[in-house]
Amino acid sequence: MVRIDFNRLRFLVIDDNAHMRRILRTLLHGFGARDVYEAEDGAAGLEAFTHYVPDIVITDWAMPIFDGLELTQMIRQPGANANPYVAIIMLTGHSEKKRVTAARDAGITEFLAKPISAKGLYERIVNVVANPRAFIKTKTYFGPDRRRIVNPNYVGPERRKGGKADVIRQASLLEKVRAPA
Amino acid sequence: MPPKETAAVATYADHEVITPQNKLRKAVSDKPLMPGEDPVARAEQALAELSSEFSTWMEAECERLDKARHVVKAKGFLKANKEALFHAAHDIKGEAATFGYPAVAAAADSLCRLIEYTPDSNRIPHTLVDQHVDAVRAIIREYARSDAVELATSLTKRLREVTDEFLLHENRGNAEALASIVGPSLVPDVPA
Repeated sequence: MVRIDFNRLRFLVIDDNAHMRRILRTLLHGFGARDVYEAEDGAAGLEAFTHYVPDIVITDWAMPIFDGLELTQMIRQPGANANPYVAIIMLTGHSEKKRVTAARDAGITEFLAKPISAKGLYERIVNVVANPRAFIKTKTYFGPDRRRIVNPNYVGPERRKGGKADVIRQASLLEKVRAPA
Repeated sequence: MPPKETAAVATYADHEVITPQNKLRKAVSDKPLMPGEDPVARAEQALAELSSEFSTWMEAECERLDKARHVVKAKGFLKANKEALFHAAHDIKGEAATFGYPAVAAAADSLCRLIEYTPDSNRIPHTLVDQHVDAVRAIIREYARSDAVELATSLTKRLREVTDEFLLHENRGNAEALASIVGPSLVPDVPA
């Protein structure tokens, strides 16, 4: 398995529940992270995002002032902040299909349903670090490419125009690391 | 403010493909994990060391739920009151397994469904809210019993049946809502 130096990553945890923030902090420190910042609502989260410029944001969905979905939409504004491409992991008890789809369409990078587990969180972090996705910008969407796989058997209408540009094979970081120089 | 991200942009007919500068690259090491080195196990151990606090935390969450229930009973389903009750139940649903009370999640989930899928909150029967909150509290209180999971499952099953019957009636004619209501719950089953 690829080794991630967690002490080189800066995390921002946004959750209105102090217990959950403590659990996340404990897990992240257990992985080896040192820089873990916290915020207790969407507004404080956005402020902390601007101030600390984290590498990875872990946010709850249901929060006061504005929620994790709205926060994601505010972060995913090209040109509006220092890092609209930041990795966002949404950690939530909302696990219904329509919620997962809404989160994906808001521009989250990974979705993690509660109850949280060390393994599930670790896998999401490894994925955003080792397998970064390109971003897609359309009239209605800005966020990580929602097409995680290329299905050669797909027979439906092509919704993106531009021919070969729709299928962009990108080497994962893991492959790049392992490839000879 | 730190410098803005740079990115390579390829423009196509109706979309752009943007490959941002990869800031996370710095954290990927080409050294494999050493034998016996397991970050997940280390984090689980750290969580286990925290677990002595979980019962106190669960009690605090229960008190929050109880308080929210009383506010709703006293002042009605105003937006803020409804949200407070929903969030309290929702947090319990998400935390129960982590805190060592997995059998509580389903009762909290049923209360979330009752609040979320009732189109007119003022029609939510307070008795049904009370039954859910009391069930959550009772399951937590009696969790040390050997038959706690069995009792919780039975109690929650009945609560869910009554709730679904109410929701189906309240949402009759709304196909989308009905599909969500009768869809399978994604809350993990309680381990036997």
